[in-house]
Amino acid sequence: MTKRDITLTLNGKTVSGQADPRMTLVDFLRVVLKATGTHVGCEHGVCGACTIVLNGEAIRSCLMLAVQVESQEVITVEGLCEEDGSPGILQDAFRDGHGMQCGYCTPGMLTSVHALLQSNDDPSDEDILEAIGGNICRCTGYAQIIDSIKIGAERLREDKS
Amino acid sequence: MKAPAFDYHAAETVEDAVGQLAEAGDDGLILAGGQTLVPMLAMRLARPSVLIDINAVSELAGIEQLDDGIRIKTCTRQNVALNSQLIGESIPLLAKALPFIGHHQTRNRGTIGGSIAHGDPAAEIPLIAVALDASIKLQTKNDTRNLSAKDFYEGPMMTLRKDDECLTDVTFPIWQEEGKLGVGFQEVSQRHGDFAIVSVAAQMVLDGNNVCQRVAIAVGGAAGIPVRLEKVEANLTGSVINQETIGDALTNMADFLDPVEDQHGSAAYRRRVARVMTERAIWEAAA
Repeated sequence: MTKRDITLTLNGKTVSGQADPRMTLVDFLRVVLKATGTHVGCEHGVCGACTIVLNGEAIRSCLMLAVQVESQEVITVEGLCEEDGSPGILQDAFRDGHGMQCGYCTPGMLTSVHALLQSNDDPSDEDILEAIGGNICRCTGYAQIIDSIKIGAERLREDKS
Repeated sequence: MKAPAFDYHAAETVEDAVGQLAEAGDDGLILAGGQTLVPMLAMRLARPSVLIDINAVSELAGIEQLDDGIRIKTCTRQNVALNSQLIGESIPLLAKALPFIGHHQTRNRGTIGGSIAHGDPAAEIPLIAVALDASIKLQTKNDTRNLSAKDFYEGPMMTLRKDDECLTDVTFPIWQEEGKLGVGFQEVSQRHGDFAIVSVAAQMVLDGNNVCQRVAIAVGGAAGIPVRLEKVEANLTGSVINQETIGDALTNMADFLDPVEDQHGSAAYRRRVARVMTERAIWEAAA
């Protein structure tokens, strides 16, 4: 099958690449656009490592085809950094709260939480569990991740005010 | 694993989609939310020559109030349905089942029509469609037809949908009976969001004397398709709802089930769980 030209907005910048129709979005991000922050785990929608934000909603980038992202807006974990590439507020909170160990699930956790905080800047425990219920972490037992999310949410609220 | 090669067409209208589907013969598949189809492609369980993407077809998304029901267009996201006030008020049984589907991220993409068309015997939306006898609309290049959900399913992932038909919408009826309408949904799965081992949906109208005016009960995961417990429904209708009448109605209900055996449980376990879950769902609907 012939490759298709795909143009999208990735973390605020217009980017283009080519992909076969069968290529998943996560492979397109990593292999073609070299945005390797998004991790790929199970490749069938169970683990949540590949979560990205599509038009404001957290979705699995392994369950979407690259060709479907034409003219759409995507935010990956790279988009949560400061302009100079240093960690953003949410990422810093995960460091300070020890919200990671091996780091494999972290990009998916961060993007899921980023989407949550766009619509709910002071989430309850229940809101947090609902938002990251589809993100598997095999290291932490989740307690420190939830603490980190609360630290991040609080700092983002202060940053806004 | 990676999907085999296929062609891709982003449909702009329903006519465009069904036209492409007709052209593809028996080799085209509709791509809605992709939350099941994309992994099936990756595992090479599905090998279409062309995918017809309906995500950009605006006339295939949305929720409409009809005189006697709620019409949900096929590409309506599960999370949109979950947050819909109209569905919460008018189809409370569906609203109750939706949080059990997958995870927040998959519900942001996964669609109502896609789940119904796929027909997984353990899936929640087909179960609710069968319980409430929803009407499923199928469209081809030249024709449309409506099927009742209780006739739609033939076996696991097998439906009466023909290769050239696109499921365009599903209409859930609103019950008109006087009385108190209650709903119950019970599910056993290994973890929240996993496929159900057994799930049961019940909707019931009780009058002021606790007499059942109308009831619908369906069991998922306990046969190749969602099963309506018509005999149980007939036994309960017109009865006062109490421990004794429920117990009587559920006698031998497991005989109507034909569960599979797999690593999640034996057929005997599923029968036993279905009986317990059904009782709980009835009590929940009667509460």
